[in-house]
Amino acid sequence: MTQVLVLVELVDGALDSSTPELLAAAAQLGEPAAVVVVEPAAALAAELGAELGALGAGIVFVASREGAGSQLVTPQVAALEAAVAASGDVSAVIVSNSTDGREAGARLAIRIDGAYQSDAVGIAAADGGIVVTQQAFGGSYTVTAGTGRGIPVISLRPHSIEGAAPAAAGTVREIDISGDTAVTTEITARHEQTQVSERPSLQTADIVVSGGRGLGSKEKFELVEQLADSLGAAVGASRAAVDAGYCDHNMQVGQTGVTVSPNLYIALGISGAIQHRAGMQSAKTIIAINRDADSPIFEVADFGVVGDLFTVVPQLIDAVNARRG
Amino acid sequence: MKIAVLVKEVPDTWGDRRIDPSTKRVDRSGDVVIDEINEKAVEAALLVKEANSGSDVTVVTMGPASALDAIRKSLAMGADRGIHIIDDGFTGSDVVQTSAALAAALGGRDFDLVITGNESTDGRSAAVPAMLAERLGVAQLTFLRTLTVSAGVGSAGTVTGERVTAEGHVELRAALPALVSVTEQIAEARYPNFKGIMSAKKKPVEVLALADLSLPAGDTGADNSWSVVADVTARPPRSGGTIIKDDGTAGTQVADFLAASKLI
Ligand SMILES: Cc1cc2nc3c(=O)[nH]c(=O)nc-3n(C[C@H](O)[C@H](O)[C@H](O)COP(=O)(O)OP(=O)(O)OC[C@H]3O[C@@H](n4cnc5c(N)ncnc54)[C@H](O)[C@@H]3O)c2cc1C
Ligand SMILES: Nc1ncnc2c1ncn2[C@@H]1O[C@H](COP(=O)(O)O)[C@@H](O)[C@H]1O
Repeated sequence: MTQVLVLVELVDGALDSSTPELLAAAAQLGEPAAVVVVEPAAALAAELGAELGALGAGIVFVASREGAGSQLVTPQVAALEAAVAASGDVSAVIVSNSTDGREAGARLAIRIDGAYQSDAVGIAAADGGIVVTQQAFGGSYTVTAGTGRGIPVISLRPHSIEGAAPAAAGTVREIDISGDTAVTTEITARHEQTQVSERPSLQTADIVVSGGRGLGSKEKFELVEQLADSLGAAVGASRAAVDAGYCDHNMQVGQTGVTVSPNLYIALGISGAIQHRAGMQSAKTIIAINRDADSPIFEVADFGVVGDLFTVVPQLIDAVNARRG
Repeated sequence: MKIAVLVKEVPDTWGDRRIDPSTKRVDRSGDVVIDEINEKAVEAALLVKEANSGSDVTVVTMGPASALDAIRKSLAMGADRGIHIIDDGFTGSDVVQTSAALAAALGGRDFDLVITGNESTDGRSAAVPAMLAERLGVAQLTFLRTLTVSAGVGSAGTVTGERVTAEGHVELRAALPALVSVTEQIAEARYPNFKGIMSAKKKPVEVLALADLSLPAGDTGADNSWSVVADVTARPPRSGGTIIKDDGTAGTQVADFLAASKLI
């Protein structure tokens, strides 16, 4: 069976949360093989082999490079390129649609003269090759695409594939990237919080509660967080709320923010401009609370309340907490 | 400093954006505008220019005749010259092909800095910037929300900036020449003033056709694309929901709805 390479991202030496899903997607197409870059000192190749084998990787290609952790994407591109060469029989490469993953994938496509398909929400093997499903214009269209030439490099949107890959051998094979000559960009400092919050992440949450300009201030935006916490939900926001400084930019949902398709999306004080809807209209159920009955958000709401969010939401939180006991 | 800024014309996000079912391509017959992120990229380029005397900003686009408006708008903001890559042979290009054409147009012109948007509102692939860095063999500093360029006296300059990630941000540094992509937080784009609009009409715009770029013949056009769209389906519109006016019990009613829908 042909191999399907998966780029494994490490966060503080641990596997990124996208890893099981990427290997599961690869298993649907062929034999999953993981590709990972480590610092020589880390010497965790054996451990990684066991961990990634349990998640379905038959082979784990390990490239080690001094200082790789502080170089932007180029070590990953070199490792993927070397793994494609070492494998000799690769039918696809899958990366996470993360900031790093998508860029490593895009560069790899150029290097191996392959195709690049971004932000896939589905991947399937078909007669003519591998077919990806993508969403265009915020889920207004579903597009399927195949490969005209070259090996497809596919970036996979988190939370789009069900199931897990069967455990496999996880045989470690070291690959050499010392010949890589790509110009590097140095990461001089990191300011990232990895899961300090108890809340689920925006992209993968089952429930998302978002707040807009209607919240009025950073202090009052806490009401959004309170409702989210009573529902075990992630917190999102409109661009107007982000621009007004009520919350952090990486919470923005919409055209130029995160695309979410949770089971339940609750919009509080959000007018529902077309660019906001582009990021949430594929949610299964949408609830909106807005005092303006003419707000376009009501066009996509399954249940809408025309009212003041500052009276409706506290009552809702009490009712949810009462039901939860 | 020689700066190139890449702008793309896209269907207006305020409008009804469609994919043409017969060609399976983005329908560009409606309102098209310069992508908002590219106005911000132009702004970022102008700020670098203003901080480094003797700089020159070239705005580059690949697109149909209407895309000249995106160039003119950038020139009105203050860019110095334009390059318009236009040829029917480019219709239906995928990202691999688009990046090849852009790289061919940029190559050999000794740009110190190439600035792009982080992702376009129509394609949203965020692939073109990374592919360009790969093709041009320059450092990649992408998804920047801040950008500082120091030209360096007698030596190569450096670029630094903050890259936005899902968990926060990281600080980047590289030597020039470099490719930068910016996020929407980079800066508010200036409005062209009357003088800018008038002078934009006189600024030079170089037109490049397929034959002007050294691209392998068998690699261009929809028939040779790496990615092939097979099928496009429009999502049915959402059917109307229940809208109530708060009578003092709306919060409880929402909870009831959630319970009835087995969401809590
Ligand atoms: C290229 C482009 C990309 C964009 N990308 C995004 C994006 O990714 N995400 C995004 O969200 N936007 C995006 N926008 C911006 C978008 O057009 C809107 O400006 C934005 O979504 C508005 O945010 P809002 O609904 O919070 O604010 P507003 O439109 O100001 O709406 C606030 C709402 O709150 C309601 N309200 C006020 N007080 C109360 C109260 N006490 N109780 C109940 N309701 C109340 C009001 O009735 C109003 O409907 C983009 C725009 C462009 C041009
Ligand atoms: N046809 C094009 N002409 C000029 N620049 C482009 C074109 N396509 C993409 N770009 C640049 O690449 C950025 C990212 O686009 P994308 O990779 O399509 O998401 C855009 O914001 C532009 O700066």
